[in-house]
Amino acid sequence: MTATISGDTLSGGFTEAPMQSARAFREILEVLARPGLIRTVTGAAPPAPLSIAAGVALLTLTDPTTPLHLAGAADCQPVRDWVAFHIGAPLVAAEEADFALGTWDALQPVARFRIGQPDYPDRSATLIVELDRLTNHGPALSGPGIALSTWLSLPETAAFRANRALFPLGYDCLFTCGDRLAGLPRSTRVENI
Amino acid sequence: MYVAVKGGERAIDNAHAWLAEERRGDPAVPELTIAQIRGQMTLAVNRVMAEGSLYDPDLAALAIKQARGDLIEAIFLIRAYRTTLPRLAGSNPVDTGAMTVDRRISATFKDLPGGQVLGSTFDYTHRLLDFALMAEGSEVPSGASAPATPGPMPHVTSFLNRDGLIETAPPSDTTPPDLTREPLELPADRSLRLQAITRGDEGFILSMAYSTQRGYGRTHAFVGELRIGTVAVEVDIPELGFAVEIGEVELTECETVNQFKGSRTEPPQFTRGYGLVFGQSERKSIAMSLVDRSLRWKELGEDFTGAPAQDEEFVLYHCDNIQATGFLEHIKLPHYVDFQAELELVRRLRAEAQAMQEAAE
Amino acid sequence: MTDQAYNFAYLDEQTKRMIRRAILKGIAVPGYQVPFASREMPMPYGWGTGGVQVTAACLVPEDLLKVIDQGADDTTNAVSIRKFFQRTAGVATTEATAEATVIQTRHRIPEVPLTEGQILVYQVPIPEPLRFLEPRETETRKMHELEEYGLMHVKLYEDIARHGEIATSYAYPVKVEGRYVMDPSPIPKFDNPKLGQSPAIQLFGAGREQRIYALPPYSDVVSLDFDDHPFQASKAPHDCDLCGAKDSYLDEVITDDAGGRMFVCSDTDFCAGRRAEGHVGRLGEPV
Repeated sequence: MTATISGDTLSGGFTEAPMQSARAFREILEVLARPGLIRTVTGAAPPAPLSIAAGVALLTLTDPTTPLHLAGAADCQPVRDWVAFHIGAPLVAAEEADFALGTWDALQPVARFRIGQPDYPDRSATLIVELDRLTNHGPALSGPGIALSTWLSLPETAAFRANRALFPLGYDCLFTCGDRLAGLPRSTRVENI
Repeated sequence: MYVAVKGGERAIDNAHAWLAEERRGDPAVPELTIAQIRGQMTLAVNRVMAEGSLYDPDLAALAIKQARGDLIEAIFLIRAYRTTLPRLAGSNPVDTGAMTVDRRISATFKDLPGGQVLGSTFDYTHRLLDFALMAEGSEVPSGASAPATPGPMPHVTSFLNRDGLIETAPPSDTTPPDLTREPLELPADRSLRLQAITRGDEGFILSMAYSTQRGYGRTHAFVGELRIGTVAVEVDIPELGFAVEIGEVELTECETVNQFKGSRTEPPQFTRGYGLVFGQSERKSIAMSLVDRSLRWKELGEDFTGAPAQDEEFVLYHCDNIQATGFLEHIKLPHYVDFQAELELVRRLRAEAQAMQEAAE
Repeated sequence: MTDQAYNFAYLDEQTKRMIRRAILKGIAVPGYQVPFASREMPMPYGWGTGGVQVTAACLVPEDLLKVIDQGADDTTNAVSIRKFFQRTAGVATTEATAEATVIQTRHRIPEVPLTEGQILVYQVPIPEPLRFLEPRETETRKMHELEEYGLMHVKLYEDIARHGEIATSYAYPVKVEGRYVMDPSPIPKFDNPKLGQSPAIQLFGAGREQRIYALPPYSDVVSLDFDDHPFQASKAPHDCDLCGAKDSYLDEVITDDAGGRMFVCSDTDFCAGRRAEGHVGRLGEPV
């Protein structure tokens, strides 16, 4: 490789991948299994504009076998270099992606992402959505993983209701904000309150 | 006072110690060396490499020693070890046309370019126990030797191909699916089927092939060519921009030429079955090519007759001896929870039946 | 101490990522069997390779792992799997259900209710609930796609017609979130009511069959039945002879060759806990 690689590219990955990715996965599993739950993760220092949590999610879940779509501001040279060095995921168009990363606006229209096939609903995209704000205020969530109901500061409701209507097809979302993350699988029912 | 069975841990440790003792056998008899197994049990080593999907004669020999000669157990050891190996690169396709052959025969032509090379074969031996082998240390007559035939050795099917008498098999640069990295999905394409069969159980593949010969999905196969020898394995090094030879492997390749009267979609011509197996694995590679040809009924527009060897789901889901032996033997594990549930069900059904009978009387 | 010759929890990182992705898709589509590229493990297929791979992908160094087979911590295969993770992941282990963070199980759900923060990993031999009605994977996949579960209802109804009741006593099929019919693994149907609305995450691994599926917490899980023949969880009509429990699943132990038998809790931790609290059954002794 050449000397043009900046220090930021080489740093910011997991320093102890087996343990760090194991701990990160458990948090990701918990938040996706319990929509509305917000957890903190550590271990990644990706280049701007990526959040720590988005970096952790990429390092934990993606690799050379998972096509990745970078949307909007996330699709910049420092992020591409960082992904190439630490992850090796091929960068692809939205329609081909297993994983996509960006702000909610940048990911629009979300209808382009893969929702799986009727016989293989698992072959669908996972969106890592960067949010400015991640709290338990907002639309009401119910469904698998939720005892009664809970709330989450989703960027909108219509798209998630449309996604739920496709069940068992649909994409799944992880929301990231700083070092915190939450999950919204396709199975969750979303209602404005 | 009843005390439930305990001490699983100690029982397991003791069983393992006993197993090690049994493996070693009589300490007065010299221990087998890996070199001896590798050098004198070569066909067993080859089978373990082929079905273990790992080309390493030393490790295969070690596995055979550790498994007390149980080849399926040895294959299992190799598979479990293979799982832990990182994948550093994918090799380029090997060129069997450039094989340095030790044996090469055709059943379809009396003579052919490159000649018939009989090689070391059991074929024309009389199967008489050689009691001389019981006395160790006897001299082995050395076979006559000739330099290996240099240069490429053309495939028999290419002669037929030139006349348009055999189906064409256009080369493809598509990366084949990898059975060891992706879950099996049906329908499977031919390269995936071949992967499954080449690591499938030799006995299973043999029986499937045999069944086609006896009429369960008959394919009228001739051994167009069988060749055994070594080929170079090359890997592209991106930094260098060219391929580098990283070693060589011994392979057995079989191409069958199958009579074919034509179908709804294909003209009358010969068709192909293909077998490629690690090491000197003649029986397996012939069987493989018969099963391969049989599974191709759909693409050749033939009828599905319900024969097991035509049924890719049946063949692919049941050819792996590691899956099969594990699931078969797991019924040794305790099932008393399920058995208890069944006991109660049977007791209840019997009681109800008896009550009904009494009521009727 | 972890065995340095192997990666944490045995599997390499790429394999764990692949399994983790499959688990997440399983969580997203409860009850749907996600295909995954199961690896050959150092224990045989059929002996928990699916559960072991799922556990390996979930474990963190801080976990407290419990492994049970037939409800018991000391059965040989449970001992073997527990040892494997002690050696390759260096995790602490426990027999106490309430303390464990990850529980790998074969054929039982513990008696003590599970809690949030716990993961229950099931070893699954045949993940396809329709398999014994239709042997072809290509066909059963289509049936799930079309939500075509009539064959299963016909089978259950034939049972009723012939036996007066549904003659399935374990691996009793359930419907998850009103969509997928799922095999709960060969747990006795006594355990079926614990599948639904559980605060814990439940993950199912079938190694040989290359499938992972999941029940998120608080999932809606219904055992298949008919209005005139509602599902009934059943057990031996006895109390535990050691701890006197009336509501636990029992193993029958033959005590002599003259028909003598006793019934004991299959969940050894539950039984020991009760005896420690002073409960004494018909043949038990105070501890």
